[in-house]
Amino acid sequence: MPTKIHPALIGFTALVFLFLVGPLVIVVGAALSDTTFLTFPPQGFSLRWFQNIFEIDAFRRTILTSLQVAVISTFVALLIGIPASYAMSRYRIQLPGWLSTLFVLPVLVPELVLGFSLLKNLAFQFNAPIFLSLIIGHTILILPYVIRVISASLASFDFSIEEAAISLGSPPLKTFFTVLLPNVRSGVIAAFILAFITSVNDVSISIFLTGPGISTLPIQLLAHMEQFFDPTVASVSVMLMVLTVAVMAIVERTLGLTFLAK
Amino acid sequence: MKRFAGWTLASPATLLVLLGLVAPVAATIYTTFGTPGGPFATYQAFFGSGFRRTVLLRTINVSLIVTLIAVVIGFITAYVVSRAPGWLKSILIIAAVFPLLTGVVVRSFAWLIILGKNGILNSTLINLGVIAEPLSMLYTQGSVIVAMVYLFVPLMVLTLVGVLEAIPDDLIQASASLGANSWATFTQVILPLAVPGLIVGAVLVFTGSFTSYATPQLLGGEQVMMMGTLMYQQAMVTFDWVSASTIAAIMVVITIAIVMAMNAAARRLNPMTV
Repeated sequence: MPTKIHPALIGFTALVFLFLVGPLVIVVGAALSDTTFLTFPPQGFSLRWFQNIFEIDAFRRTILTSLQVAVISTFVALLIGIPASYAMSRYRIQLPGWLSTLFVLPVLVPELVLGFSLLKNLAFQFNAPIFLSLIIGHTILILPYVIRVISASLASFDFSIEEAAISLGSPPLKTFFTVLLPNVRSGVIAAFILAFITSVNDVSISIFLTGPGISTLPIQLLAHMEQFFDPTVASVSVMLMVLTVAVMAIVERTLGLTFLAK
Repeated sequence: MKRFAGWTLASPATLLVLLGLVAPVAATIYTTFGTPGGPFATYQAFFGSGFRRTVLLRTINVSLIVTLIAVVIGFITAYVVSRAPGWLKSILIIAAVFPLLTGVVVRSFAWLIILGKNGILNSTLINLGVIAEPLSMLYTQGSVIVAMVYLFVPLMVLTLVGVLEAIPDDLIQASASLGANSWATFTQVILPLAVPGLIVGAVLVFTGSFTSYATPQLLGGEQVMMMGTLMYQQAMVTFDWVSASTIAAIMVVITIAIVMAMNAAARRLNPMTV
Protein backbone atom coordinates (compact mmCIF):
# COMPACT_ATOMS: atom_id res chain seq x y z
CA MET A 1 0.00 0.00 0.00
CA PRO A 2 1.52 3.34 -1.00
CA THR A 3 2.02 6.00 1.65
CA LYS A 4 -0.42 8.92 1.60
CA ILE A 5 1.15 12.31 1.01
CA HIS A 6 -0.29 15.49 2.45
CA PRO A 7 -1.82 17.63 -0.36
CA ALA A 8 0.21 20.64 0.81
CA LEU A 9 3.43 18.74 0.10
CA ILE A 10 2.17 17.81 -3.36
CA GLY A 11 1.29 21.46 -4.04
CA PHE A 12 4.72 22.54 -2.82
CA THR A 13 6.43 19.99 -5.09
CA ALA A 14 4.40 21.21 -8.06
CA LEU A 15 5.64 24.74 -7.36
CA VAL A 16 9.25 23.52 -7.11
CA PHE A 17 9.03 21.88 -10.52
CA LEU A 18 7.47 25.03 -11.95
CA PHE A 19 10.48 26.89 -10.50
CA LEU A 20 12.86 24.36 -12.10
CA VAL A 21 11.34 24.30 -15.58
CA GLY A 22 9.86 27.81 -15.88
CA PRO A 23 13.12 29.76 -16.36
CA LEU A 24 14.20 27.42 -19.18
CA VAL A 25 10.83 27.87 -20.92
CA ILE A 26 11.36 31.62 -20.67
CA VAL A 27 14.77 31.28 -22.36
CA VAL A 28 13.18 29.33 -25.23
CA GLY A 29 10.49 32.01 -25.59
CA ALA A 30 13.06 34.80 -25.59
CA ALA A 31 15.07 33.03 -28.31
CA LEU A 32 12.07 32.96 -30.64
CA SER A 33 11.23 36.64 -30.23
CA ASP A 34 11.36 38.88 -33.30
CA THR A 35 12.88 41.79 -31.35
CA THR A 36 16.39 43.13 -31.02
CA PHE A 37 16.20 42.99 -27.23
CA LEU A 38 15.44 40.17 -24.82
CA THR A 39 11.78 39.92 -23.96
CA PHE A 40 9.21 37.46 -22.71
CA PRO A 41 6.55 36.58 -23.74
CA PRO A 42 8.07 36.71 -27.25
CA GLN A 43 6.88 39.48 -29.55
CA GLY A 44 6.40 38.07 -33.00
CA PHE A 45 8.07 34.87 -34.03
CA SER A 46 11.43 34.57 -35.73
CA LEU A 47 14.27 32.13 -36.11
CA ARG A 48 16.67 34.89 -37.14
CA TRP A 49 18.54 34.82 -33.83
CA PHE A 50 19.49 31.23 -34.52
CA GLN A 51 20.82 32.28 -37.89
CA ASN A 52 22.65 35.14 -36.18
CA ILE A 53 24.72 32.68 -34.10
CA PHE A 54 26.46 31.45 -37.21
CA GLU A 55 26.94 34.94 -38.60
CA ILE A 56 29.04 35.95 -35.59
CA ASP A 57 32.56 34.76 -36.16
CA ALA A 58 33.35 34.36 -32.45
CA PHE A 59 30.41 31.98 -31.98
CA ARG A 60 31.36 29.88 -35.02
CA ARG A 61 34.92 29.56 -33.77
CA THR A 62 34.08 28.81 -30.13
CA ILE A 63 31.41 26.24 -31.03
CA LEU A 64 34.06 24.45 -33.06
CA THR A 65 36.65 24.69 -30.25
CA SER A 66 34.15 23.45 -27.66
CA LEU A 67 33.28 20.44 -29.83
CA GLN A 68 36.94 19.66 -30.47
CA VAL A 69 37.87 19.93 -26.79
CA ALA A 70 34.86 17.84 -25.73
CA VAL A 71 35.48 15.08 -28.28
CA ILE A 72 39.23 14.83 -27.68
CA SER A 73 39.09 14.98 -23.88
CA THR A 74 36.19 12.51 -23.75
CA PHE A 75 38.14 10.05 -25.90
CA VAL A 76 41.27 10.45 -23.79
CA ALA A 77 39.27 10.08 -20.58
CA LEU A 78 37.69 6.86 -21.88
CA LEU A 79 41.02 5.59 -23.17
CA ILE A 80 42.67 5.92 -19.75
CA GLY A 81 39.54 5.66 -17.60
CA ILE A 82 38.33 2.27 -18.85
CA PRO A 83 41.64 0.45 -18.06
CA ALA A 84 41.80 2.22 -14.69
CA SER A 85 38.24 1.18 -13.78
CA TYR A 86 39.00 -2.34 -14.98
CA ALA A 87 42.17 -2.50 -12.89
CA MET A 88 40.33 -1.24 -9.82
CA SER A 89 37.60 -3.89 -10.05
CA ARG A 90 39.75 -6.79 -11.28
CA TYR A 91 42.84 -6.18 -9.13
CA ARG A 92 41.20 -4.46 -6.17
CA ILE A 93 43.23 -6.42 -3.60
CA GLN A 94 46.53 -5.79 -5.35
CA LEU A 95 46.11 -2.02 -5.75
CA PRO A 96 46.39 0.45 -2.86
CA GLY A 97 43.26 1.99 -1.40
CA TRP A 98 44.35 5.58 -2.04
CA LEU A 99 44.00 5.06 -5.78
CA SER A 100 40.20 5.41 -5.67
CA THR A 101 40.62 8.53 -3.51
CA LEU A 102 43.00 9.96 -6.12
CA PHE A 103 40.35 9.55 -8.80
CA VAL A 104 37.82 11.45 -6.68
CA LEU A 105 40.22 14.40 -6.24
CA PRO A 106 39.10 16.19 -9.43
CA VAL A 107 35.64 16.46 -7.83
CA LEU A 108 37.06 17.69 -4.51
CA VAL A 109 39.49 20.30 -5.81
CA PRO A 110 37.56 23.40 -6.95
CA GLU A 111 37.52 23.65 -10.75
CA LEU A 112 38.60 27.29 -10.59
CA VAL A 113 41.73 26.26 -8.69
CA LEU A 114 42.52 23.57 -11.27
CA GLY A 115 42.02 26.00 -14.14
CA PHE A 116 44.19 28.67 -12.57
CA SER A 117 46.90 26.15 -11.60
CA LEU A 118 47.04 24.78 -15.15
CA LEU A 119 47.40 28.31 -16.49
CA LYS A 120 50.08 29.24 -13.99
CA ASN A 121 52.09 26.03 -13.74
CA LEU A 122 51.61 24.46 -17.15
CA ALA A 123 50.69 27.00 -19.82
CA PHE A 124 52.80 29.81 -18.36
CA GLN A 125 55.66 27.92 -16.67
CA PHE A 126 56.31 25.41 -19.44
CA ASN A 127 54.91 27.38 -22.34
CA ALA A 128 52.38 24.63 -23.01
CA PRO A 129 49.86 25.56 -25.72
CA ILE A 130 46.51 26.79 -24.35
CA PHE A 131 44.63 24.18 -26.37
CA LEU A 132 46.66 21.37 -24.80
CA SER A 133 46.09 22.81 -21.33
CA LEU A 134 42.35 22.96 -22.04
CA ILE A 135 42.37 19.28 -23.08
CA ILE A 136 44.28 18.29 -19.93
CA GLY A 137 41.94 20.28 -17.70
CA HIS A 138 38.79 18.89 -19.28
CA THR A 139 40.11 15.31 -19.30
CA ILE A 140 40.83 15.55 -15.56
CA LEU A 141 37.42 17.13 -14.95
CA ILE A 142 35.51 14.30 -16.64
CA LEU A 143 37.71 11.38 -15.58
CA PRO A 144 35.78 10.79 -12.30
CA TYR A 145 32.48 10.57 -14.23
CA VAL A 146 33.97 8.03 -16.64
CA ILE A 147 35.47 5.93 -13.84
CA ARG A 148 32.26 6.03 -11.82
CA VAL A 149 29.99 4.97 -14.69
CA ILE A 150 32.36 2.29 -16.03
CA SER A 151 33.00 0.92 -12.52
CA ALA A 152 29.24 0.68 -11.99
CA SER A 153 28.85 -1.41 -15.16
CA LEU A 154 31.87 -3.55 -14.23
CA ALA A 155 30.32 -4.26 -10.83
CA SER A 156 27.80 -6.54 -12.53
CA PHE A 157 30.38 -8.11 -14.86
CA ASP A 158 31.27 -11.73 -14.15
CA PHE A 159 35.04 -11.93 -14.46
CA SER A 160 34.89 -15.72 -14.79
CA ILE A 161 33.59 -15.26 -18.37
CA GLU A 162 36.80 -13.45 -19.13
CA GLU A 163 38.90 -16.16 -17.46
CA ALA A 164 37.05 -18.78 -19.51
CA ALA A 165 37.96 -16.95 -22.73
CA ILE A 166 41.62 -16.65 -21.70
CA SER A 167 41.91 -20.29 -20.58
CA LEU A 168 40.46 -21.28 -23.95
CA GLY A 169 43.37 -19.50 -25.60
CA SER A 170 42.01 -16.02 -26.41
CA PRO A 171 44.77 -13.38 -26.28
CA PRO A 172 44.24 -10.59 -23.67
CA LEU A 173 43.56 -7.76 -26.11
CA LYS A 174 41.12 -9.85 -28.13
CA THR A 175 39.41 -10.90 -24.90
CA PHE A 176 39.05 -7.24 -23.97
CA PHE A 177 37.37 -6.30 -27.23
CA THR A 178 35.22 -9.40 -27.72
CA VAL A 179 34.28 -10.29 -24.14
CA LEU A 180 34.66 -7.36 -21.77
CA LEU A 181 33.78 -4.35 -23.92
CA PRO A 182 30.46 -5.73 -25.29
CA ASN A 183 29.40 -6.41 -21.69
CA VAL A 184 29.99 -2.85 -20.52
CA ARG A 185 28.90 -1.21 -23.79
CA SER A 186 25.98 0.69 -22.30
CA GLY A 187 28.25 2.02 -19.56
CA VAL A 188 30.78 3.23 -22.14
CA ILE A 189 28.10 5.02 -24.16
CA ALA A 190 26.65 6.67 -21.06
CA ALA A 191 30.12 7.66 -19.84
CA PHE A 192 30.94 9.15 -23.23
CA ILE A 193 27.79 11.21 -23.35
CA LEU A 194 27.96 12.46 -19.74
CA ALA A 195 31.62 13.34 -20.12
CA PHE A 196 30.89 15.14 -23.38
CA ILE A 197 28.14 17.35 -21.96
CA THR A 198 30.20 18.10 -18.85
CA SER A 199 33.05 19.30 -21.03
CA VAL A 200 30.80 21.37 -23.30
CA ASN A 201 29.21 23.11 -20.29
CA ASP A 202 32.41 23.78 -18.34
CA VAL A 203 33.11 27.36 -17.31
CA SER A 204 35.35 27.30 -14.26
CA ILE A 205 38.35 25.57 -15.85
CA SER A 206 38.03 27.12 -19.30
CA ILE A 207 37.71 30.68 -17.98
CA PHE A 208 41.45 30.69 -17.22
CA LEU A 209 42.51 28.80 -20.33
CA THR A 210 41.40 31.08 -23.10
CA GLY A 211 44.00 32.85 -25.11
CA PRO A 212 44.24 34.81 -28.32
CA GLY A 213 42.02 33.01 -30.80
CA ILE A 214 41.07 30.23 -28.37
CA SER A 215 37.91 30.31 -26.32
CA THR A 216 35.07 27.92 -25.61
CA LEU A 217 31.37 28.48 -26.17
CA PRO A 218 30.33 29.10 -22.52
CA ILE A 219 33.14 31.65 -22.14
CA GLN A 220 32.09 33.36 -25.37
CA LEU A 221 28.50 33.43 -24.07
CA LEU A 222 29.68 35.18 -20.89
CA ALA A 223 31.67 37.69 -22.94
CA HIS A 224 28.74 38.34 -25.30
CA MET A 225 26.36 38.91 -22.36
CA GLU A 226 28.64 41.60 -20.92
CA GLN A 227 28.26 43.65 -24.11
CA PHE A 228 24.93 42.81 -25.72
CA PHE A 229 21.49 42.07 -24.44
CA ASP A 230 20.01 40.59 -27.62
CA PRO A 231 18.34 37.19 -28.09
CA THR A 232 21.52 35.58 -29.53
CA VAL A 233 22.51 34.19 -26.13
CA ALA A 234 18.99 32.81 -25.70
CA SER A 235 19.15 31.03 -29.05
CA VAL A 236 22.58 29.53 -28.23
CA SER A 237 21.05 28.41 -24.93
CA VAL A 238 18.23 26.69 -26.81
CA MET A 239 20.82 24.93 -28.97
CA LEU A 240 22.56 23.70 -25.82
CA MET A 241 19.21 22.53 -24.42
CA VAL A 242 18.57 20.51 -27.57
CA LEU A 243 21.97 18.90 -27.00
CA THR A 244 20.92 18.16 -23.40
CA VAL A 245 17.72 16.46 -24.61
CA ALA A 246 19.77 14.29 -26.97
CA VAL A 247 22.14 13.40 -24.14
CA MET A 248 19.25 12.47 -21.85
CA ALA A 249 17.66 10.29 -24.50
CA ILE A 250 20.91 8.38 -24.93
CA VAL A 251 21.51 8.00 -21.17
CA GLU A 252 17.90 6.83 -20.74
CA ARG A 253 18.40 4.15 -23.41
CA THR A 254 21.70 2.93 -21.98
CA LEU A 255 21.78 3.24 -18.20
CA GLY A 256 18.32 4.60 -17.45
CA LEU A 257 18.04 8.11 -16.03
CA THR A 258 17.48 6.76 -12.53
CA PHE A 259 21.22 6.00 -12.55
CA LEU A 260 21.78 9.73 -12.15
CA ALA A 261 19.66 9.69 -8.99
CA LYS A 262 22.06 7.41 -7.15
CA MET B 1 52.25 -10.37 -11.59
CA LYS B 2 48.67 -9.35 -10.87
CA ARG B 3 49.94 -6.28 -9.07
CA PHE B 4 52.00 -5.36 -12.14
CA ALA B 5 49.05 -5.83 -14.50
CA GLY B 6 46.86 -3.70 -12.26
CA TRP B 7 49.38 -0.88 -12.09
CA THR B 8 50.03 -0.95 -15.83
CA LEU B 9 46.36 -0.50 -16.57
CA ALA B 10 45.80 2.16 -13.92
CA SER B 11 49.01 4.10 -14.54
CA PRO B 12 47.95 6.45 -17.38
CA ALA B 13 44.98 7.78 -15.40
CA THR B 14 47.06 7.89 -12.20
CA LEU B 15 49.83 9.85 -13.91
CA LEU B 16 47.40 12.29 -15.48
CA VAL B 17 45.78 13.11 -12.13
CA LEU B 18 49.17 13.33 -10.36
CA LEU B 19 50.86 15.50 -13.01
CA GLY B 20 47.83 17.45 -14.24
CA LEU B 21 46.05 18.07 -10.95
CA VAL B 22 48.04 17.24 -7.82
CA ALA B 23 51.35 18.76 -8.94
CA PRO B 24 50.03 22.06 -10.40
CA VAL B 25 47.61 22.65 -7.52
CA ALA B 26 50.31 21.80 -4.94
CA ALA B 27 52.67 24.21 -6.74
CA THR B 28 50.03 26.96 -6.61
CA ILE B 29 49.56 26.45 -2.86
CA TYR B 30 53.33 26.15 -2.29
CA THR B 31 54.08 29.53 -3.87
CA THR B 32 51.85 31.25 -1.32
CA PHE B 33 54.35 30.34 1.43
CA GLY B 34 57.46 31.49 -0.42
CA THR B 35 56.89 35.24 -0.50
CA PRO B 36 59.55 37.69 0.76
CA GLY B 37 57.54 38.85 3.78
CA GLY B 38 57.65 35.46 5.52
CA PRO B 39 55.77 32.21 5.04
CA PHE B 40 52.34 33.56 6.03
CA ALA B 41 52.68 37.08 4.64
CA THR B 42 50.12 36.53 1.87
CA TYR B 43 47.59 35.17 4.34
CA GLN B 44 48.19 38.10 6.68
CA ALA B 45 47.60 40.37 3.71
CA PHE B 46 44.40 38.52 2.81
CA PHE B 47 42.91 38.55 6.29
CA GLY B 48 44.26 42.04 6.93
CA SER B 49 42.23 43.48 4.09
CA GLY B 50 38.74 44.43 5.14
CA PHE B 51 37.47 44.05 1.60
CA ARG B 52 38.77 40.50 1.23
CA ARG B 53 37.50 39.49 4.66
CA THR B 54 34.09 40.80 3.60
CA VAL B 55 34.25 38.76 0.40
CA LEU B 56 35.16 35.59 2.33
CA LEU B 57 32.41 36.11 4.91
CA ARG B 58 29.88 36.96 2.19
CA THR B 59 30.80 33.80 0.29
CA ILE B 60 30.39 31.66 3.41
CA ASN B 61 27.14 33.43 4.26
CA VAL B 62 25.64 33.07 0.75
CA SER B 63 26.72 29.41 0.54
CA LEU B 64 25.14 28.63 3.94
CA ILE B 65 21.85 30.31 2.99
CA VAL B 66 21.78 28.53 -0.39
CA THR B 67 22.55 25.18 1.28
CA LEU B 68 19.83 25.64 3.89
CA ILE B 69 17.17 26.58 1.32
CA ALA B 70 18.25 23.83 -1.10
CA VAL B 71 18.19 21.22 1.68
CA VAL B 72 14.65 22.12 2.78
CA ILE B 73 13.22 22.44 -0.75
CA GLY B 74 15.15 19.41 -1.99
CA PHE B 75 14.15 17.20 0.92
CA ILE B 76 10.40 17.85 0.63
CA THR B 77 10.49 17.52 -3.16
CA ALA B 78 12.57 14.35 -3.09
CA TYR B 79 10.20 12.82 -0.52
CA VAL B 80 7.15 13.45 -2.70
CA VAL B 81 9.01 12.22 -5.81
CA SER B 82 10.14 9.05 -4.01
CA ARG B 83 6.52 8.22 -3.09
CA ALA B 84 5.08 9.09 -6.54
CA PRO B 85 3.73 6.32 -8.82
CA GLY B 86 6.27 4.93 -11.32
CA TRP B 87 5.35 6.91 -14.45
CA LEU B 88 5.10 10.21 -12.61
CA LYS B 89 8.39 9.54 -10.84
CA SER B 90 10.13 9.09 -14.20
CA ILE B 91 8.74 12.37 -15.49
CA LEU B 92 9.75 14.23 -12.34
CA ILE B 93 13.27 12.79 -12.42
CA ILE B 94 13.59 13.84 -16.07
CA ALA B 95 12.41 17.34 -15.07
CA ALA B 96 15.14 17.47 -12.42
CA VAL B 97 17.92 15.98 -14.58
CA PHE B 98 17.26 18.33 -17.49
CA PRO B 99 18.26 21.55 -15.68
CA LEU B 100 21.18 19.72 -14.08
CA LEU B 101 22.61 18.77 -17.47
CA THR B 102 21.93 22.24 -18.89
CA GLY B 103 25.01 24.37 -18.38
CA VAL B 104 25.44 26.82 -15.56
CA VAL B 105 25.74 29.75 -18.01
CA VAL B 106 22.35 29.00 -19.56
CA ARG B 107 20.71 28.61 -16.16
CA SER B 108 22.19 31.81 -14.78
CA PHE B 109 21.27 33.63 -17.99
CA ALA B 110 17.61 32.65 -17.45
CA TRP B 111 17.64 34.61 -14.19
CA LEU B 112 19.24 37.56 -15.94
CA ILE B 113 16.14 37.70 -18.18
CA ILE B 114 13.79 37.28 -15.23
CA LEU B 115 15.37 39.70 -12.76
CA GLY B 116 16.69 42.36 -15.16
CA LYS B 117 15.60 46.02 -15.11
CA ASN B 118 13.28 45.37 -18.08
CA GLY B 119 12.92 41.75 -17.07
CA ILE B 120 9.82 39.66 -16.74
CA LEU B 121 9.40 40.13 -13.01
CA ASN B 122 9.65 43.91 -13.23
CA SER B 123 7.31 44.20 -16.22
CA THR B 124 4.78 41.86 -14.58
CA LEU B 125 4.85 43.83 -11.33
CA ILE B 126 4.46 47.13 -13.21
CA ASN B 127 1.55 45.75 -15.28
CA LEU B 128 -0.13 44.56 -12.11
CA GLY B 129 0.33 48.03 -10.63
CA VAL B 130 2.34 46.74 -7.66
CA ILE B 131 5.26 49.04 -8.43
CA ALA B 132 5.57 52.18 -10.53
CA GLU B 133 9.30 52.07 -11.27
CA PRO B 134 11.34 48.94 -12.09
CA LEU B 135 13.23 47.56 -9.09
CA SER B 136 16.98 46.93 -9.25
CA MET B 137 17.07 43.25 -8.46
CA LEU B 138 20.22 42.28 -10.33
CA TYR B 139 23.65 42.62 -8.73
CA THR B 140 22.26 42.01 -5.27
CA GLN B 141 23.00 39.21 -2.84
CA GLY B 142 19.36 38.12 -3.20
CA SER B 143 19.65 37.59 -6.97
CA VAL B 144 22.80 35.50 -6.51
CA ILE B 145 21.07 33.38 -3.85
CA VAL B 146 17.95 32.80 -5.98
CA ALA B 147 20.00 31.74 -9.00
CA MET B 148 22.19 29.45 -6.90
CA VAL B 149 19.21 27.80 -5.24
CA TYR B 150 17.89 27.25 -8.76
CA LEU B 151 21.26 25.76 -9.70
CA PHE B 152 21.47 23.33 -6.80
CA VAL B 153 17.90 22.17 -6.01
CA PRO B 154 17.99 19.51 -8.79
CA LEU B 155 21.26 18.15 -7.38
CA MET B 156 19.74 17.95 -3.91
CA VAL B 157 16.56 16.28 -5.19
CA LEU B 158 18.46 13.67 -7.19
CA THR B 159 20.83 12.94 -4.29
CA LEU B 160 17.92 12.41 -1.91
CA VAL B 161 15.44 10.53 -4.14
CA GLY B 162 17.56 7.36 -4.06
CA VAL B 163 18.01 7.58 -0.28
CA LEU B 164 14.30 8.17 0.39
CA GLU B 165 13.20 5.49 -2.07
CA ALA B 166 15.14 2.98 0.00
CA ILE B 167 12.86 3.66 3.00
CA PRO B 168 10.10 1.06 2.67
CA ASP B 169 6.45 2.17 2.77
CA ASP B 170 5.90 -0.54 5.41
CA LEU B 171 8.23 1.23 7.81
CA ILE B 172 6.31 4.49 7.53
CA GLN B 173 2.99 2.68 7.93
CA ALA B 174 4.31 0.68 10.86
CA SER B 175 5.22 3.93 12.54
CA ALA B 176 1.71 5.27 11.90
CA SER B 177 0.00 2.10 13.11
CA LEU B 178 2.02 2.23 16.31
CA GLY B 179 0.45 5.60 17.01
CA ALA B 180 3.00 8.08 15.71
CA ASN B 181 1.47 11.13 14.04
CA SER B 182 2.94 12.22 10.72
CA TRP B 183 5.27 14.74 12.40
CA ALA B 184 6.67 12.06 14.72
CA THR B 185 7.06 9.65 11.79
CA PHE B 186 8.89 12.37 9.90
CA THR B 187 11.26 13.39 12.70
CA GLN B 188 11.85 9.94 14.20
CA VAL B 189 11.75 7.59 11.20
CA ILE B 190 12.26 9.35 7.87
CA LEU B 191 14.66 12.12 8.86
CA PRO B 192 17.22 9.92 10.70
CA LEU B 193 17.31 7.50 7.75
CA ALA B 194 17.83 10.37 5.32
CA VAL B 195 20.66 12.02 7.28
CA PRO B 196 23.53 10.46 5.28
CA GLY B 197 21.94 11.60 2.01
CA LEU B 198 21.23 15.04 3.43
CA ILE B 199 24.86 15.41 4.44
CA VAL B 200 26.17 14.36 1.03
CA GLY B 201 23.76 16.75 -0.68
CA ALA B 202 24.56 19.61 1.68
CA VAL B 203 28.29 19.18 1.08
CA LEU B 204 27.79 19.19 -2.70
CA VAL B 205 25.67 22.34 -2.54
CA PHE B 206 27.90 24.19 -0.07
CA THR B 207 31.17 23.47 -1.87
CA GLY B 208 29.50 24.13 -5.23
CA SER B 209 28.26 27.54 -4.06
CA PHE B 210 31.48 28.37 -2.27
CA THR B 211 33.62 27.82 -5.38
CA SER B 212 31.19 29.03 -8.04
CA TYR B 213 32.14 31.57 -10.67
CA ALA B 214 29.58 32.03 -13.47
CA THR B 215 26.54 32.74 -11.28
CA PRO B 216 28.10 35.38 -8.99
CA GLN B 217 29.78 36.90 -12.05
CA LEU B 218 26.53 37.27 -14.01
CA LEU B 219 24.08 38.05 -11.23
CA GLY B 220 26.33 39.61 -8.60
CA GLY B 221 28.94 41.48 -10.63
CA GLU B 222 31.35 43.82 -8.87
CA GLN B 223 28.77 44.65 -6.19
CA VAL B 224 28.40 41.10 -4.86
CA MET B 225 31.94 39.83 -5.25
CA MET B 226 32.50 36.27 -4.04
CA MET B 227 35.65 34.16 -3.62
CA GLY B 228 35.45 32.75 -7.16
CA THR B 229 34.93 36.10 -8.86
CA LEU B 230 37.58 37.74 -6.64
CA MET B 231 40.07 35.02 -7.55
CA TYR B 232 39.37 35.49 -11.25
CA GLN B 233 39.72 39.26 -10.92
CA GLN B 234 43.05 38.96 -9.09
CA ALA B 235 44.39 36.42 -11.61
CA MET B 236 43.16 37.83 -14.91
CA VAL B 237 42.39 41.52 -14.39
CA THR B 238 45.00 42.78 -11.93
CA PHE B 239 47.43 39.90 -12.65
CA ASP B 240 48.28 39.53 -8.97
CA TRP B 241 48.98 35.81 -9.10
CA VAL B 242 50.23 35.57 -5.53
CA SER B 243 46.95 36.96 -4.28
CA ALA B 244 44.98 34.67 -6.63
CA SER B 245 47.01 31.67 -5.39
CA THR B 246 46.22 32.63 -1.79
CA ILE B 247 42.50 32.69 -2.55
CA ALA B 248 42.89 29.35 -4.35
CA ALA B 249 44.63 27.84 -1.30
CA ILE B 250 41.92 29.11 1.05
CA MET B 251 39.24 27.64 -1.25
CA VAL B 252 40.99 24.25 -1.34
CA VAL B 253 41.48 24.13 2.44
CA ILE B 254 37.88 25.10 3.23
CA THR B 255 36.44 22.69 0.63
CA ILE B 256 38.48 19.71 1.79
CA ALA B 257 37.94 20.51 5.49
CA ILE B 258 34.17 20.60 4.98
CA VAL B 259 34.13 17.36 3.00
CA MET B 260 36.20 15.61 5.70
CA ALA B 261 34.10 17.01 8.56
CA MET B 262 30.89 15.99 6.83
CA ASN B 263 32.25 12.51 6.10
CA ALA B 264 33.04 12.06 9.77
CA ALA B 265 29.61 13.40 10.73
CA ALA B 266 27.91 11.10 8.21
CA ARG B 267 29.63 8.08 9.75
CA ARG B 268 28.59 9.08 13.27
CA LEU B 269 25.00 9.98 12.41
CA ASN B 270 24.26 7.06 10.09
CA PRO B 271 21.80 4.94 12.11
CA MET B 272 22.77 1.89 10.06
CA THR B 273 26.35 1.84 11.31
CA VAL B 274 26.25 1.51 15.07
